[in-house]
Amino acid sequence: MVIKETGGVKRMNICVTASGEGLDSKVDPRFGRCSYFVIYDPETRRVESVSNAAAFASGGTGIKAAEIIANAGVDVLLTGTVGPNAFSIFSELGINVQVGVKGTVQEAIRQYEAGELQSLQSPNSTPGFGMRKGNGMGKGMKGGGVGRGIDRDN
Amino acid sequence: MKIAIASGKGGTGKTTVSLNLALSLSDVQLFDCDVEEPNCNLFLGFDLEKVEDVVCPVPVINQEKCSICRQCSDFCRYNALAALPDRVLFFPSLCHGCGGCAVLCSEKAIQESQRSLGVIEKAKGESSPEFYRGLLNIGETMTSSVIKTLKKYIDDRKTAILDAPPGTACPVIASIGDVDYCVLVTESTPFGFHDLRLAVDVVRSLKVPFGVIINRWGLGDSRVEEYCKAEGIPILLKIPNDLKIAELYSRGIPFVREMPEWNEKFLGMFEAIKLQLADTEEART
Ligand code: SF4
Ligand code: SF4
Repeated sequence: MVIKETGGVKRMNICVTASGEGLDSKVDPRFGRCSYFVIYDPETRRVESVSNAAAFASGGTGIKAAEIIANAGVDVLLTGTVGPNAFSIFSELGINVQVGVKGTVQEAIRQYEAGELQSLQSPNSTPGFGMRKGNGMGKGMKGGGVGRGIDRDN
Repeated sequence: MKIAIASGKGGTGKTTVSLNLALSLSDVQLFDCDVEEPNCNLFLGFDLEKVEDVVCPVPVINQEKCSICRQCSDFCRYNALAALPDRVLFFPSLCHGCGGCAVLCSEKAIQESQRSLGVIEKAKGESSPEFYRGLLNIGETMTSSVIKTLKKYIDDRKTAILDAPPGTACPVIASIGDVDYCVLVTESTPFGFHDLRLAVDVVRSLKVPFGVIINRWGLGDSRVEEYCKAEGIPILLKIPNDLKIAELYSRGIPFVREMPEWNEKFLGMFEAIKLQLADTEEART
């Protein structure tokens, strides 16, 4: 699923999990444990690098990392592996997760724009320690989140 | 007196030792602290009854009242709460039930409810040994809470034998943390020796007096014995790699029941433990 940009009407923040800051740093396929989230706005070409404060958490890493992404107003996430907890947050918020990134952040964005990545339909990694056998679904949700609009008012 | 039976890994004969020791003593309680896989009762065959539900508090978030101030999510060090742009999500499997989030929410949007972690069961009526076990719910991670609840049933006037879970992680610490003595069960094989050394590090750091039982003695080599000698660790008992013992085990029978001479040996070990404790007590004063 590739979301087409329609003449600058819709803002589309793309986030790539990376090992460093900026477009030239290498991608890091581990969503929860990556060092940086590089967020790119194709319209304004603004690049923002947010360090992953959750990378060293002993448990619930994916949840904290997903929280950072969600609050940064990201619409598309390009990464490698996502666990069940983070995945439930993304589907709840309708964040489009694409996997299979290679190379640098810049290259990952190009791969995404060329439609070379796969959209993630279910978690593709097991949670780290801190959660062994749980089902990983968050509670307290209102309605199904998948497929909701990606506009947000903050 | 509380005696824990532990080992650095599973399958060394820890449960066998716990059972045989408990059956050799009188006025004794036996606790199966391996709450993820309690198997003492496979050998005892007691009728069990539930004596307590183990629960932990969990937050319930009232989204109507929540102002998404993020305080709870910043506070929760287990990362069980995620403050998203339009709501707070709760992940029960990560929650440790500390209750902190409910206390600090200034909007009073968090209420406490209860989550079941497992149960404590006891052998019905009068049994010898008096037997208790904890059972952790499938999918649950709060092993130590169940073990702590189980240990409330220790009667200080009796001898309590605690069959600890295998390994050296938190549940083991919860089991042996406040006992008077710890028996480490090992085998004299390379793996057994390696795991014994890890277990020794744990009991030493907890400052619990301890000794070693070598199970399936005769198998492997003499490295455990040499190590214990060099470290000044008493070897309490050697259980030989005996066909009859193995056969009784496979039939689910604790071997003291069929081999009364072992009754004496376990009693002798119990006396030796008491002597060792009296000595360490003396050395301290
Ligand atoms: S502390 Fe209370 S008001 Fe603030 S985000 Fe948490 S639940 Fe909502
Ligand atoms: S009760 Fe404690 S562990 Fe559970 S969500 Fe609240 S703060 Fe986190």
